[in-house]
Amino acid sequence: MLRFAVRRILLQIPVLFGLSLLLFLWLRALPGDPARALLGERATPDAIARINEQYGFDQPLVQQYLTYMGQLLQGDFGSSPRTGEPVLDTFLERFPATVELALAALLFAVVVGIPLGYFAAKRAGGLLDGLTVTASLAGVVIPVFVLAFLLKVVFAVGLPGMDALAVLPSSGRQSVTIDATHVTNFYVLDGLLTGELDAAWDAVLHLILPAIALGSIPLAIIVRMTRASVLDVLHEDYVRTARAKGLAPGLISRRHVLRNALLPVVTTVGLQTGALLAGAVLTEAVFAINGIGSYLFEGISNLDYAVLQGFIVFIALVYAVVNLAVDLLYGLIDPRLRTR
Amino acid sequence: MSDQQREQFPRDGDIPVVPDIAVATAAGMIERPPALTDAMGDVASDEEGTSLWKGALQRLVRNPTAIVGAVIVTGFVLVAAFADVLAAHEPAASQWISEITPSTLPPFSAEHPLGLDPFGSDLLTQLIYGARQSLVIGVVSTLFGLLGGVLLGGLAGAFGGGVDSGVMRLVDILLAVPGLLLAVSVAAVMGRQPLSIMLAIGAAQIPIFARLLRGSMMAESRKDYVLASRSLGLRRRTITMSHVLPNSLGPVLVQATLTLATAIIEVAALSYLGLGAPEPAVAEWGRMLVKAQDRLQSAPHLTLLPGMCIAITALGFTLLGESLREALDPKSRR
Amino acid sequence: MTETSAVSATAVSGRQPLLEIDNLSVTFRRRNSVTKAVDGVSYSVAPGEIVGVVGESGSGKSVTMLALMGLLPPRGVEVTGRARYNGQDLLSLPEPAMAKLRGSEIAMVFQDPISSLNPVVPIGVQVAEVLLAHTRTNKRSAMAESVQLLQRCGIPDPQRRLKEYPHQLSGGMRQRALIAMALACRPRLLICDEPTTALDVTIQAQVLELLRELVTDSGTAMIMITHDLGVVAGLCDQVNVMYSGRIVEAAPRGELFAHPRHRYTHGLLASIPRLDSPRGEPLNPIPGTPRDTISWAKACAFSPRCRYATDACIRPDIPLEPLPDSPPDHLVRCVHPAGVNE
Repeated sequence: MLRFAVRRILLQIPVLFGLSLLLFLWLRALPGDPARALLGERATPDAIARINEQYGFDQPLVQQYLTYMGQLLQGDFGSSPRTGEPVLDTFLERFPATVELALAALLFAVVVGIPLGYFAAKRAGGLLDGLTVTASLAGVVIPVFVLAFLLKVVFAVGLPGMDALAVLPSSGRQSVTIDATHVTNFYVLDGLLTGELDAAWDAVLHLILPAIALGSIPLAIIVRMTRASVLDVLHEDYVRTARAKGLAPGLISRRHVLRNALLPVVTTVGLQTGALLAGAVLTEAVFAINGIGSYLFEGISNLDYAVLQGFIVFIALVYAVVNLAVDLLYGLIDPRLRTR
Repeated sequence: MSDQQREQFPRDGDIPVVPDIAVATAAGMIERPPALTDAMGDVASDEEGTSLWKGALQRLVRNPTAIVGAVIVTGFVLVAAFADVLAAHEPAASQWISEITPSTLPPFSAEHPLGLDPFGSDLLTQLIYGARQSLVIGVVSTLFGLLGGVLLGGLAGAFGGGVDSGVMRLVDILLAVPGLLLAVSVAAVMGRQPLSIMLAIGAAQIPIFARLLRGSMMAESRKDYVLASRSLGLRRRTITMSHVLPNSLGPVLVQATLTLATAIIEVAALSYLGLGAPEPAVAEWGRMLVKAQDRLQSAPHLTLLPGMCIAITALGFTLLGESLREALDPKSRR
Repeated sequence: MTETSAVSATAVSGRQPLLEIDNLSVTFRRRNSVTKAVDGVSYSVAPGEIVGVVGESGSGKSVTMLALMGLLPPRGVEVTGRARYNGQDLLSLPEPAMAKLRGSEIAMVFQDPISSLNPVVPIGVQVAEVLLAHTRTNKRSAMAESVQLLQRCGIPDPQRRLKEYPHQLSGGMRQRALIAMALACRPRLLICDEPTTALDVTIQAQVLELLRELVTDSGTAMIMITHDLGVVAGLCDQVNVMYSGRIVEAAPRGELFAHPRHRYTHGLLASIPRLDSPRGEPLNPIPGTPRDTISWAKACAFSPRCRYATDACIRPDIPLEPLPDSPPDHLVRCVHPAGVNE
């Protein structure tokens, strides 16, 4: 088991190295010289000289790469010329907001998606099945930000004549009227930890619409995956054996069908992280949530390369960690992999 | 083998000629009463095998999902191609500027069936020209991703070994970055021109195609018919080009249609992020959404209509791709 | 259309049959094809009797059993006829009642042990769940009894096996585990669908011997479905030979092997290569394939492959009945049966 984990980690390292090398080259491929690119509009000769010294842009390429790697490994992702703050610090500050949103979206997708997929498979060919498949297709083809808009308009801002539906907050993470103390920066958790339940509830309300918008794509994929997987398993011989034993239908569903059908779904859920992070950028923009997604959005809009670079490395790391976790989880729940 | 051993093998003359029992059908070996043959009618005359592609086409034509998808796609392509004829106005022309306030727009009229956008351009025209933009960018970026991916994946799949490892590491690196970010990075390097958008989106698709083709080829080359071909003395290149490759292309084709769908959405997303083509003269659905943001409440149709266009077009390609996948699947089920 | 239902020797003697299949038919309706997999099958099984059902793939032997157990897919399948177990018609029984019977009174062992076992659940649980479903017991006693069952089925070190997963066992052990699951609640009828086909030859013999022991010890009736006449010869009291959805010959074992009358049975037996045949002698396969067939409603389904077929064989619904020169419990569905001493 441990060997398995170590091997997977070792496999990821060259990928991360390769990525850092690519980024290194990328920065130097940008129009203009790297120092100017990093500084953007604040490129005064002094600043350029300073940056050149700090990052060693005037040194031979190999030397530069070593400096660069050294900085990365120490966590120095550079500073955003706009705010003057180190990129890493801003990341850490804003990360919880995105994680909270992503978790909420994933929760939504799983809690709604798996039962839907299961029932659609059991009644394959029926009305529920048809509706589910259509709905999941819709989830994939409607762009996240369009859906975000729609939700915002209908449920937060209010359409003329449909005001009654506009019950949810339209932006931000917490209402200005609530004075909440923040411990971890996970607003819901903070509210629970400090006993300020109204703050926690308020944070939850603010999460609902963005979570639905962001979760629409994972929802669609989870529904389809679950449905396909359950359909496959339902035709397996061991389900026939279970029925031949005269077991209760509920027991057959839980122990024999779901336990096998959910294995591939677990992997899929893990792999959704990428889609979630990409979608977060747009969702956070629409709902004005201060997570790393909107940080990236600001970075893109202002062509802030330090932010972009930092983001890419950050994301790659997150990916690697999540993929590893999924692999390990899979190894845990599928006994066939355990005893290898 | 010694001469003595060779002696013990039967010579050609030794082997008796017996009827080919294994292959004969009853009809060849028994005299059936003619009345029986008549009564059997035309039972199971040897079916003509249909090739994978012909069979798939037949299944597709009967599939309602495929037909809906095909209709949507055809409609989209026609609108894009004949935009000049269909649209009544110039996409960038502004009219009725004086009538536009931050909270109201001129009402729908016969001349402008869908009204105007916040800059005074005819909405319907914008939608029509937007189709063209989406089609062009979608197709080019998909082609780019396809070519790059097929090249990489083909190399990896055909040569295996070190080439395979190297190429797949590269693909892994590309995959470590979410598609949107990759697109953004490429766009950043190349500047805000239409070509950069296409390359950007295409670049994000390369790893997907590469992995797909390589996976298909690996699976195919493990099949027994490849082993058999090699034992017959076929050269590796022949086997790859004329056997393994054609059989692996099915999933790639399916993925291409699905990629087109994603490309159309990503174009919109990139425009929304401000990375689209900068000239305002070019109508593009994503940018229409950007312009419509502020008027979400007063004029929701400005958001809904381009949004629906994106969704429906992507839907068309997705339906087509999905039904193609089902049609090509030899184990087509219940 | 009356037809003598294939009765077994013991039933002729007047005992109440445990299972009585009466004109069972199964039709599969797919989008572009209609297949009659089982075409009017009737036979019975007496308590404690071992009945062998022999046929090639496509003869309908497995489908009959699946229909009986209610394990066929709910859509696209049409089942007619009756299957009386203890007087009760299984085919018209609602699902909850049927589920109660399954595993407790009627149990089934399937063909491929690796795919018939849930790969992610330990063996012990898979055995115990049958007990927990049908008897009043708790987890601990169920597990204890599972150990006993596994032991009785010849699995060494059963205590350890409880926690193991199917992929950790060998093919023979898996099949033994399946048998243990089937016999857990002491069913009165055990149906085995080609239980040894997927196993190595040496293991086959062991498993068959195990089955015979268990079944005769407990007085359980058994239906053994197979394509292998060798299996039947060593095990069964009564043999029913099926072809293309119908029974073509039914007789007690000794009688069938000594005097096969139907041309198909005859062909099957004749095609088995013998150790004592002279060298160089050609084999005697049955010519043609199962696809060279015709519906029973028009003629004898085997006639396209039969050397002795004549126009007389083109008769609708040839009956299954005893021949003038064979005992009354030997039924044949043939217009030109083989002679007693062929």
